[in-house]
Amino acid sequence: MRSLRTTWTAWVFLAMANVATGRPLVFPADYGSHPEFRTEWWYVTGWLTTDSGAPLGFQITFFRSKPDIDASNPSAFTPRQLVIAHCAISDPKRGRLWQDQRIRRAGLGLADAASGDTDVWLDHWSLKRHDGVYTAKIAAEDFSFDLTLSESQSVLLNGDAGVSRKGPDKESTSYYYSLPHLHVSGEITRQGSADRVTGEAWFDHEWSSQYLDAEAAGWDWIGINLDDGSALMAFRIRGVQGEQRWSGGSLRDAAGNLQILQPSQVEFRAGRRWVSPRTGIRYPVQWSVRAGARQIDLLPLIDDQENDTRLSTGAIYWEGAVRAYEQEHLVGRGYLELTGYGERLRIR
Amino acid sequence: MNTPRDARGAFAIWRVLLLAQFRESPARLTVTVLAIALGVALGAAVYLVNGAALNEFGSATKRLVGEADVIVRGPREGFSERLFTQLAEDTTFGAASPVLELEVALPGQRDTLKVLGVDMFRAAALQPALVGEIGEGLYALFQPDSIYLSSSAARELKLRRGDTFAVIVGSTPKTLHVLGILSEGSYSQALGLMDIASAQWTFNQIGRLNRIDLRLQPGRDIDVARRDLQQRLPAGVLAVAPQVERDRAVSVTRAYRINLNMLALVALLAGAFLVFSTQSLAVLRRRRSLALLRALGVTRGQLQRALVGEGAVLGVLGSFLGVLLGLGFAVAVLQLLTGDLGNGQLRVVGASIRAAPLPLLAFFVMGTVAAGVGAWLPARAAARRPPARSLKGGDGDYTAVARYSASIGVALLGLGALLSQLPALRGLPVFGYAAIASLLFGAVLLVPTLTVKALSVAPRTRRIVLDTAVAQLRENVALSALSLASIIVSFSLMVAMAIMVYSFRVSFDQWLVKLLPADMQLREPLGNDTAYWSAADQSRLAAVKGISRIDFRRTRQLLLDPARAPVTLIARGATATQTANELPLIGAGTQLLPTNAEPVWISESLQDLYGYKLGDKIRLPLDGRLHTYTVAGMWRDYARTSGSLVMSRSAYRDATGDDSANEGSIWLNVGADAGVVEAAMRARFPRGDSIEILTSTALRDRSLRIFDHAFAITYALEAIAVIIGLMGVSFAASSTALARRAEFGMLRHIGMLRRQIIEMLAGEGIITSAFGVAYGLILGTALSLVLVYVVNRQSFNWSIDLAVPAWQLMVLSVTLIVAAAVTAIWSGRAAMSQDAVRAVREDC
Repeated sequence: MRSLRTTWTAWVFLAMANVATGRPLVFPADYGSHPEFRTEWWYVTGWLTTDSGAPLGFQITFFRSKPDIDASNPSAFTPRQLVIAHCAISDPKRGRLWQDQRIRRAGLGLADAASGDTDVWLDHWSLKRHDGVYTAKIAAEDFSFDLTLSESQSVLLNGDAGVSRKGPDKESTSYYYSLPHLHVSGEITRQGSADRVTGEAWFDHEWSSQYLDAEAAGWDWIGINLDDGSALMAFRIRGVQGEQRWSGGSLRDAAGNLQILQPSQVEFRAGRRWVSPRTGIRYPVQWSVRAGARQIDLLPLIDDQENDTRLSTGAIYWEGAVRAYEQEHLVGRGYLELTGYGERLRIR
Repeated sequence: MNTPRDARGAFAIWRVLLLAQFRESPARLTVTVLAIALGVALGAAVYLVNGAALNEFGSATKRLVGEADVIVRGPREGFSERLFTQLAEDTTFGAASPVLELEVALPGQRDTLKVLGVDMFRAAALQPALVGEIGEGLYALFQPDSIYLSSSAARELKLRRGDTFAVIVGSTPKTLHVLGILSEGSYSQALGLMDIASAQWTFNQIGRLNRIDLRLQPGRDIDVARRDLQQRLPAGVLAVAPQVERDRAVSVTRAYRINLNMLALVALLAGAFLVFSTQSLAVLRRRRSLALLRALGVTRGQLQRALVGEGAVLGVLGSFLGVLLGLGFAVAVLQLLTGDLGNGQLRVVGASIRAAPLPLLAFFVMGTVAAGVGAWLPARAAARRPPARSLKGGDGDYTAVARYSASIGVALLGLGALLSQLPALRGLPVFGYAAIASLLFGAVLLVPTLTVKALSVAPRTRRIVLDTAVAQLRENVALSALSLASIIVSFSLMVAMAIMVYSFRVSFDQWLVKLLPADMQLREPLGNDTAYWSAADQSRLAAVKGISRIDFRRTRQLLLDPARAPVTLIARGATATQTANELPLIGAGTQLLPTNAEPVWISESLQDLYGYKLGDKIRLPLDGRLHTYTVAGMWRDYARTSGSLVMSRSAYRDATGDDSANEGSIWLNVGADAGVVEAAMRARFPRGDSIEILTSTALRDRSLRIFDHAFAITYALEAIAVIIGLMGVSFAASSTALARRAEFGMLRHIGMLRRQIIEMLAGEGIITSAFGVAYGLILGTALSLVLVYVVNRQSFNWSIDLAVPAWQLMVLSVTLIVAAAVTAIWSGRAAMSQDAVRAVREDC
């Protein structure tokens, strides 16, 4: 699975020369796919509450990847683009994730990522945007989603007007925007039993073309919907020694004042660790994150939110629902992503 | 039940008897043990080799099919990939995996390479191991012309990772790049794995698939879903259960396997018969000592158990040895011939013998039981005989026994005749074999009566030696009948098999001559799906200097019934009239057809397996549509057991629009050199060496060689039957001679010369064996009729004409008679090496 892992790595350490010069993002066109770029993702994470009041975390991700192939093959099966999807539910009652993954070549109408607006699908899994409302329909192996996500705030352009720097190298950049505070409603089915759910989600869309330096080993990322209506995104890239190679973030208050965080303004401090009984990997599942003026403590919804996508992206990582605290007070909810804690993500 | 004491007594007697017998004639007992061993070994070896091959077949198919619930299978030419899109969108199915499965032509190779074009992402749901195996090479496989090879394919093609090799598509070579070799465990058969997109592109199959593996959503009824699906599929595309897929491979070879097992059974029967005759002779020879034991108080039961025990010991030893030998044979066959028992259908690479204790035990028991039964009959006779009569000597009421056995014999002959008229049972000639067994036993049971009759009418010749010989035979009628029976059983089976094989060979040869009237034949590698000649290629070939006429043919596979192997469709002859003239038709030939009817000619197996009859309208799926044809005639096709259909090229073109060809016949101009023409033809193509070009004579020779190879096993079994038969004869002769030492002494005493006694013995041998040979010839011919018209037809679904190998049979007959005479003389000499006086004394 080296190639797949490499693809994953590309998403993790995305960078591209053509992004470095940048161009203003234009919507709704930039909601859609950018097939000329090597990799792209649409990433929804959020918190849900069932009718009975039980909290659930959920995550729906669609990746698009453009393999390096001879595109002159007239076959409809020619993998000009690959579509990969991964989705999970963090369920405290279950104590670990419900998760499923798919990988398909685009084409024949069975899987694709359309340009013009968000419209990605694969078999009977889809994420579509229409009039500011997203619909996510996922029929996974033993669970399913049927969710509606409505925008409540404007698009948040990360980095320099949507061009996000990912490393010391100037060329390590991606196009990256977020949609925080999406209102979610719909139905979640787990092993045939359905629950009405409502909640709040965070949406990321990012695309890029170039691999990053060989020094990086993984990354940590958070996207938090704060209860006061503000939104916080922060990340850091770790080197092979565990050292921080780069970091950044965005902090936008309810009034819409956006602060782009420079590397010096973001600091991740790992707290308690949890060891996966399946892979033996030690993940720091509690964190203290300094982002600009805010100092946030993160506690996981459950410890075991390890994702195994070895059959699609090739990676094993931790990504899960977290509660955000400031001075011991609950101030928001969001998602935390930790990659590269097992074997180092390899780059060819 | 035995009391312990009784059992001990029987054991003691048994030990004494057996040891005495062994001391007396170790060679005979050894050979008897070997004969049983041979039968058991053959049976076990055939079973093990088949078992290993089929097991490998089964698991190989299983690996190919993966966890699919339903397999949608089209003809090799495939169906539109839109069908896949429809099925993938259908929520009935949890997973759909598109496959392009092709037998790819390789330049300069007669064997094709099976290539699977798959979408690894979709195959992953049905064959998780496969994706794990390809692992990180998955993305590299997206590169056009990239292929993974199974380890056996890499071995056979002598390719390594990073190598390139050529394949033929149409008449053009294309280069494939070996990305990697799959581990030994993943696929045992030789195959290549490509990405579906590259496979479609490389093999000019854009937009086409020929297989879709489906898994249903959990909870769906597989059979119902499969039937529903079948309704929606285009003509010629079938929804097949994976089990059917697995069984098909097995069913193709079933008739062949059954026949081999039957031959092994015959060998075992012959072994059992040898035990019977050895034991009978031993009982006869020792009748005085046995009677003495009875007189001394040994009970009838004890004696019988002791004698059966003798046979059982031989059986146990022989069977044990046989199982070991069988294991050895099987391992050798698998290693030397890669599991091919001669007909090429069971060729499986990587098959290995799995220890199968139960079946092996079964063979052991079969051998032991056969020997036990062989010993039980004479033991019962010996135990029942009143001791006083035995002590006195002579055969006594043998005529009564003969009359009794004759009536059973006649009944069995009648039963055999009746059984031979019954149709196949589940496609197997079960009743045919039963008929053979019945006829054989019936005929053997008639032997005593016939012997008695024949000897009683034997004229006196006034030649002292000959008359004495006849008199001796008449006096020892039981012994004579026994030797006769041994000869008859083995010789008649040998005759039957010889006639059957010869008939087949003659018919096959005539068929070849009729089918290959031209000077030369050319074809693309047999069974390949990728190499063919386009219309332009055909013109280029026709323009070669020296060719006066060239007729092209197109063959392709039609899957009419998923449970059976595909039928071959052959388009040959420009028009229907020409097609009819070229075929070796059976019977009346072309029927008068309505003018608008499109004729097809079917092979006999289509009549037998699918029930098509002359004049029937049949619908054939060609290119996704059903076309109606009328059965205009039936032809013999020895090349394709699973059946074939012939239509004119114009009819084929009308239905498919395909004017390509993959076979052809060439007539040369007078004086044109075949070698020059061949070279010129090859030079027309970039890889012309991929075309098989042969003169019709060479092709005929090669076909006959293949035929002989296929029957090598039969010849081997035949040889074994002869050897066992000859052993039977020589044992009969030697034990008879030993038993008659006293008599020889007496004859010498009354003035007969030693030479005369030897002549007498030779005469006896010649008379007995000549009678046995004559009887065996008649019986063997009768059995061969059953083999030719019942067993062959029901096994292979083709007819053959009876032909008798007169010379071969004559040589065999004479050899047998001479051998009998020689053994008689030789054993007589041995018996008379002791002096006459002692011999006479021994008798008193």
